[in-house]
Amino acid sequence: MKTYIEQGIGAVDSPYKDKDKAEKRSWSLVEKLLLGLTAGQYLRQALRNPFNWILGLIFIVGLPLIAGRFWFGLSFATHSSNDYPWGLFLAFGLFTMVPLSASGFMLGTTVEIFGRHDFQPVERLALLNGLLGYFFAVVYLLVDLGQPWRLPYPMFVSFGTAAVLFLVAWHVATYLSVQVAEVSSAFFEWIGWPMGAQFIRKIAVGLTVSGIILSTLHQGALGALFTYAPGKVHPLWYSASFQWIFFFCSAIPAGLCMVIAVSTVVKKTMAWRCDRNFLDNLDNLTIALAKGASMGLITYLTIKLIGIAHDNEWAYLTTGWGQWFLLEMALGVVLPLGLFAYAIRHRMPNLVRGAAFLTIFGIALNRINTALIAFNWKLYQEIPHWKEVVISVTIFAIYIVTYRFILYRLPILFTWKEAPALATETVTEKATSSLGAPALVEMYSKSDR
Amino acid sequence: MKGISRRRFLAASLAGGAATTLTLSKQAIGAGAFEGYPDGMGVLVDLTRCVGCRSCEAACNKEQNLPAPAAPFDDPSVFDQTGHGGQKRRTDENAYTVVNRYEPEGQEPVYRKFQCNHCNEPACLTSCFVNAYTKTREGAVIYNSKVCVGCRNCMIACPFQVPAYSYSSAFDPVIKKCIFCYDTRLKYGKPPACVESCPQEVMTFGYRKELIKIAQDRIKARPGKYVDHIYGENEVGGTGWMYLAGASFDQLGFDTDLGKEPIISNVKDFLGTVPMVLAIWPALFTGFHLLAKKKDHAGADHSSHNAQEDAEQ
Repeated sequence: MKTYIEQGIGAVDSPYKDKDKAEKRSWSLVEKLLLGLTAGQYLRQALRNPFNWILGLIFIVGLPLIAGRFWFGLSFATHSSNDYPWGLFLAFGLFTMVPLSASGFMLGTTVEIFGRHDFQPVERLALLNGLLGYFFAVVYLLVDLGQPWRLPYPMFVSFGTAAVLFLVAWHVATYLSVQVAEVSSAFFEWIGWPMGAQFIRKIAVGLTVSGIILSTLHQGALGALFTYAPGKVHPLWYSASFQWIFFFCSAIPAGLCMVIAVSTVVKKTMAWRCDRNFLDNLDNLTIALAKGASMGLITYLTIKLIGIAHDNEWAYLTTGWGQWFLLEMALGVVLPLGLFAYAIRHRMPNLVRGAAFLTIFGIALNRINTALIAFNWKLYQEIPHWKEVVISVTIFAIYIVTYRFILYRLPILFTWKEAPALATETVTEKATSSLGAPALVEMYSKSDR
Repeated sequence: MKGISRRRFLAASLAGGAATTLTLSKQAIGAGAFEGYPDGMGVLVDLTRCVGCRSCEAACNKEQNLPAPAAPFDDPSVFDQTGHGGQKRRTDENAYTVVNRYEPEGQEPVYRKFQCNHCNEPACLTSCFVNAYTKTREGAVIYNSKVCVGCRNCMIACPFQVPAYSYSSAFDPVIKKCIFCYDTRLKYGKPPACVESCPQEVMTFGYRKELIKIAQDRIKARPGKYVDHIYGENEVGGTGWMYLAGASFDQLGFDTDLGKEPIISNVKDFLGTVPMVLAIWPALFTGFHLLAKKKDHAGADHSSHNAQEDAEQ
């Protein structure tokens, strides 16, 4: 793709074709989908990318296994048992993907509620990250459910109103629709229906506030699910009173660090798609996000300590489980905190990025510990089936492909050029800079969105 | 007949998200107070009488039309079987009850029958988001496979690890567990098949309240024979099936750390916060928004000023 951009071909970023200055022909939908390339060009750039070959390999192995899971039942692919009902699909797919998707409501709050419009360059990325994270958490759930076709039952057929999972189901469903609405403004711009985008902008505050409510509750509810199993989860990962706060609080750094991580990957792999507004502000925003993440992490560390003190669990720290717990806290919380502090002080965005990846690892480890490793600690250790691992990786690969597909097309990393006057301006810019950015920045600062 | 439980009543009053949370909060207040239906039935299992003949397993298998087991019911070698992680046999989709042998220190082997304990306040029921479980007036915890989605949260929640899942079924996997022979016997006032089949009269079927008295009398009459504890009288809010034993319960595979509170009590802290978050957050965050926006220029300057300061520090 990079090569084509250098040749001045491709990359749709406005409703009009830059090349035909006189006629101002609009891009057709197919052209938009192909990023302004011909089908042949598109295929060639896709085949040139070695990452696509890796993905292809994963799909060749993984997709038949997914089919096998549905055709032969759960026992074909998983080690889920009567003692260990939940395996990797939920431990990773649901309990890890959901906190990593807290980015949507975090950045939504920052920009829309607190009016910090300087975070706008990454807002849409955070919203999209939230939407896709939730969507794929539901995909993982569907793979794990015994009878996935009955997923709508708690909404329409039979109501278990006392259950925490009832709340999770309702809130994830509602929040998914909220996020679809939030991200749809980018889609409306792309498809060329500005009315829709304007409407979403009008209800943005309402959407964001409902996003905060729903997120607070279901992030917490995922933790509260484990309060049903007081004797099964190891005491160090369990707290009847605080479990939901642990999960909610740790979701905050998780979501923020996910924005840092994804923007890092995006900057490295698809810089052609980012506009200057995104690229130029990214380092500063990364550091600003890291400040938020540090606040979240230090709070999380504190309440974890309070949790241990509250249930008087100090004695467990000297056991093997205690060391594992301390390792999780050291690698996933304390070390990133130190790195963030150093990197923020010395303005080292790359170190911040490293620490962000570490934080994500720490949160993932915490969720997998709670749901799988420290679960049934009195019984025995369950190791996921290799097919379970492959299927999890495959779904994650589908997630990456979807993510990339949307980032390539919708105005997430760049601003959609609406006004015809500006569109021509950018054409001239394009001669010097392949991205046509300065005019964009100007336009950006003019419009207050 | 199935009683109209509070949950059914509450479910009926469900009307959208707000109503949901109101019912959740009512639930949270009421849940701990429920001590079982007054005329709930139960079974008292006297482990000192059990000889491990496994007639109960056979009777259950026949009554519930379960597939024939790999080893016949009179084969004692199953007592030496161990599953994953050295675990003794457990209930599964083909066996709703199992008898295991335990060897407490310095004592004769003890055989322990194991099945759903039919809790007064069942964790499976309270954790189920489609209300597939019902605690009947007669004391049975039954399950409706027609609405089950297969999330297996009940298996996570059950403190006795009772519910099993038919993992091998691709298109109709369901929870399998003892239902107190509700459909075929309990409904008509008859004892479950296992109780009737026992040659040693290990199990006594009756009103739960009376069973507690019987158990207390037995302990009082033979204090040397029994440990002074009725397992299930108070565990996790009380169970329909209760146990007497001659050796300490923790040596017989019972979890003695469960406490007296029903499982749902652990969840109440969270359930209580739900209506508060729903009520407070909208005003709080809309308020923040208004505060940030009202004096747009001053506010923006101020915050960017702060941000600069932060950056300089």
